Amino acid sequence: MSEVQTVDNMISITIDGIEYKAKEGEYILNAARANDVFIPAICYLTRCSPTLACRICLVEADGKQVYACNAKVKEGMEVVTSTENILTERRAIMEVYDVNHPLQCGVCDKSGECELQNYTLELAVDSQSYMIPDTKRETTNWSSVLHYDPGLCIVCERCTTVCKDMIGDAAITTAKRGGAELDKSYKESMPKDAYSMWNKLQKSVIAPSNGTGETNCSDCGECIAVCPVGALASRDFVYQSNAWDLKRVPAVAAHSSDGAQIYYEVKPTSITDRTEKIYRVTNEWNYVSLDGSARFAYDFQNTTASKDKAAFDAAIEAFKKAETIRFNAMITNEEAMMLQTLKEKMGVKLYNPEVKAFQTFLNHYEAASGNSLWTTDPDAIMKKSDFVISIGAALRNDSPAMKYAFNNVQKLNKGAGLYFHPVGDTLIPTFGKTVEVFTHKVGHEELALYLVLDLFADKEKLPEDVKEYIDSFKKTETKTIKEKEVKTVKEMVLNEETGEEEEVSKKVTEMVDKEITVTTNGLVDLLGGDASKFDAAFEKMMKKKEHFSMMLGEDLYYHEKAENIAKLVALVEATCDMDVVMTPPKSNALGVALICDLDDAQSGYTIGYNENGDFRLSALGDGDLDMPALNQQEGTLCNIGKRLLPTNAAVEYNGYELNDLMKVLVGAPELTIDWTAMLPTDRGFKAIAFDDLTNSFDNDGSDNRGYRLETSNVETDLPEVEKCDESALLEGEIAYRCNPARQFNDFTDKSHEIFEAFALYASTEKAEALGNKVEVVFDNGSITLDVLADEKITGDIVKVPDFKAAKGVYDLFGGSRYKTVTLRKV
Amino acid sequence: MGLEQFKNRNVGTQNYTMVDAGHSPQGAMCQFKQVVKRTFKGELFVGLWVTMRSMIKALFANDMHTVKYPLEKLPISPRYRAIHDMLRLLESGHYRCIGCGLCEKICISNCIAMDTRYDENQRKEVSEYTINFGRCIFCGYCAEVCPELAIVHGPRYENASQQRAGFSLFEDMLTPIDKLNLQQEYDGFGAVSPNADENIKQTPLAY
Ligand code: SF4
Ligand code: SF4
Ligand code: SF4
Ligand code: SF4
Ligand code: FES
Repeated sequence: MSEVQTVDNMISITIDGIEYKAKEGEYILNAARANDVFIPAICYLTRCSPTLACRICLVEADGKQVYACNAKVKEGMEVVTSTENILTERRAIMEVYDVNHPLQCGVCDKSGECELQNYTLELAVDSQSYMIPDTKRETTNWSSVLHYDPGLCIVCERCTTVCKDMIGDAAITTAKRGGAELDKSYKESMPKDAYSMWNKLQKSVIAPSNGTGETNCSDCGECIAVCPVGALASRDFVYQSNAWDLKRVPAVAAHSSDGAQIYYEVKPTSITDRTEKIYRVTNEWNYVSLDGSARFAYDFQNTTASKDKAAFDAAIEAFKKAETIRFNAMITNEEAMMLQTLKEKMGVKLYNPEVKAFQTFLNHYEAASGNSLWTTDPDAIMKKSDFVISIGAALRNDSPAMKYAFNNVQKLNKGAGLYFHPVGDTLIPTFGKTVEVFTHKVGHEELALYLVLDLFADKEKLPEDVKEYIDSFKKTETKTIKEKEVKTVKEMVLNEETGEEEEVSKKVTEMVDKEITVTTNGLVDLLGGDASKFDAAFEKMMKKKEHFSMMLGEDLYYHEKAENIAKLVALVEATCDMDVVMTPPKSNALGVALICDLDDAQSGYTIGYNENGDFRLSALGDGDLDMPALNQQEGTLCNIGKRLLPTNAAVEYNGYELNDLMKVLVGAPELTIDWTAMLPTDRGFKAIAFDDLTNSFDNDGSDNRGYRLETSNVETDLPEVEKCDESALLEGEIAYRCNPARQFNDFTDKSHEIFEAFALYASTEKAEALGNKVEVVFDNGSITLDVLADEKITGDIVKVPDFKAAKGVYDLFGGSRYKTVTLRKV
Repeated sequence: MGLEQFKNRNVGTQNYTMVDAGHSPQGAMCQFKQVVKRTFKGELFVGLWVTMRSMIKALFANDMHTVKYPLEKLPISPRYRAIHDMLRLLESGHYRCIGCGLCEKICISNCIAMDTRYDENQRKEVSEYTINFGRCIFCGYCAEVCPELAIVHGPRYENASQQRAGFSLFEDMLTPIDKLNLQQEYDGFGAVSPNADENIKQTPLAY
């Protein structure tokens, strides 16, 4: 399927007498925002469901008072944004919000970027008419990053909404405040909406939803970002700096392949140390949601670098004798292009185990489907899909953007979802009522795709052998079941009044045996589901569904049958009216896959770029020659949304860059970013100079950062797919190469607000059985790790992280993400 | 505003108004006559007598018109803007500054810097504060903007030093804790106006 730009039905509405165009079915508030019309609104979050907590967005639509954030536009609708009554309501609402609000704006971390301040001023609140005794509410820390001051909280519920509708953790919720009752007289004397809003506000605070004091969540910090007041802050940032002192550097989150928009916020370290340091990361939270690595793994810069001429000369020598350059996905497109140039001009091998499998998979996919890249992206999925399927991705760990999209579809698009993964997860089923989780065997990924074909394909289009194969799993049985049957029985009853016998009919239920034929779908059972219940569940899932999307993860790239899987994916796309997104494993894997011609293995003298090697270039500050980290350089990255995104340098770097080496080795332009316009156009890049790249969002949420890579689409025949190879099944003790959420690489690990340890993660029971420490023995080596319980994992498979390059976990796993291992207690 | 007027350095075309300063004697004879006339007019002795009289009064009648600077100093107006002081709360002795950073932000010569942190009592602590007096223009904005009357202009106006840069740290400006009873309330820029009470509305309280 090719990318179809859906042209939304546009209708016209008038707001305050001026005519505007709006998308059909859109909320009035969003329509107004898209047209640059201001309507006050506090509790509504774009891309989340309206909660009606603040009620300040009152408007009049066709003569009726409605809430702009949850009333939809209609053709010809006339909206008035303020009437006398609305203004009275709004003023009363703001007065209520100000009742007992601590007068500590002077120290508050919002430092003026406060929506409570803004609306209080906007509505010219210069006196207070209401009062109520205050309730003591203690400041608490909810997790290693979250700091909550309930005194400042206005219970707008934005934090709980984003956590539920976007992040999916639903880790916080409203809880009892135990505040005083409102004075009865207010009910009569106050504006109606202000009263009911106050009534609710006075009863609640926010608290972790598991009933403990700790959220135990993915620590993404998105709740902090959306808080309109200073109630939520990152523990590390509390009272560190005023917002106005921080310089915002627009950048791209470096670690996951989401390529999320972020601002690094910098200012001098202290009075005595004037070098700039990153104090925090913020985002355009209306349009993009960050994960924990994007928000908290920011201080990974290389601070020790200096222009060490001797090291530089040694590096030149090393490059001259190098046979291989080993690197990973933490690299800009420009640097990847430089390495590719070295390969072309000096004949070195490029070895990148993080990206190689992905690149091969992409090639297989292109050959089978004719599409140069996948056909949708997380943003598009959130906008229109109502059925999502995830195969081969540990959704909680691998790709935050896909997790958010999967969850958001359930919450906002009345969607349904299928999640296929060998590692059981307790969070994903909570995303929605119609989410089915298949915890299947390692090696059954192909079957998952066959099930998708069975459920969604247009059977006319499917090749015969595939149809036969799918049907071979189906068993038809005749079963005898007991069924209720209602019978009408006639009886003669003596009428006592008349003394006559009368015929009366009565209804009687009886249990009768009945023969039925049942078709059980063996595929469902094989994949760990329950075939007897699945059909009914699936029917429910399919109600009113129109747009189907499939998310594919890293497991598939490292699959022994990756080629067949790529073909199956192509077949799904060709026969199922379904679009597909693939998550590039980490950072700029897509850029590297498009630009570099990667080799299968390393040999001889190896230069490691942030990786092991005989000569090490390192942005971690521990190598033979220093390199700038991704927050110290300008350049571009490619993300899961198939965009090329510009990022900027947030902190100073004093050493040499790869481009300096290039100048000596093969000749290079003056600056690293001079390479941007030279990126290969035949791989979808455009010849646009770095300084000409745009970097913004529109008010209606459209992403104008950088540009979308050109994708091509060639008509191809249906691919010939193979059956699932059962011999690839893994049995016994299985280790899965998977990082804890928020950890992606050495750089996240270096950041001081990331606490997840390099350890073996297992379900609570498994962890208990394993003890404190284990040696994980592979065929080609072993690694000793502490054991940590992750209560969201179920089942026996253990997760071994790979974020420390020096531990050589990629080498232990070889070309695969799952391995049978022996776990030895230490 | 354009910069044209600053760039126009062609002074020759401007119009000057000459002041009538009388005229000076012409020729050697005239000059000689003027000297003789001035010498024998007796004005010299009038001047000498004035000085003599003051000296006698000062020496014997203890009646002096000058101040023995630097041993003595004249009181200066509260609106004078000299080296800053950091005041303390009179009751607790804690420094008044809440670390809001407004002074740092408003400072027109960008010479205030401060570090703050979250302290053990859940308060914002000012861990360091400094003003670069080599750059301060003593405009008074910082004192005026301060919501706590914490930073004020003190009376110390002797700023002469051997080098241009000169930093004051928090402790240099804070009222010494043992001199708290000597701390003067500040009436200058940013102080509460005498009729402040008339200008605010009361907030109802449910207690
Ligand atoms: S913590 Fe912030 S976002 Fe959450 S309810 Fe309170 S004010 Fe709203
Ligand atoms: S940090 Fe993220 S997951 Fe945790 S409560 Fe906040 S929004 Fe939810
Ligand atoms: S007096 Fe003016 S220049 Fe000096 S520190 Fe205050 S604001 Fe800055
Ligand atoms: S304005 Fe006053 S309270 Fe605020 S930081 Fe400056 S001295 Fe402290
Ligand atoms: S924004 Fe509509 S009710 Fe709060």
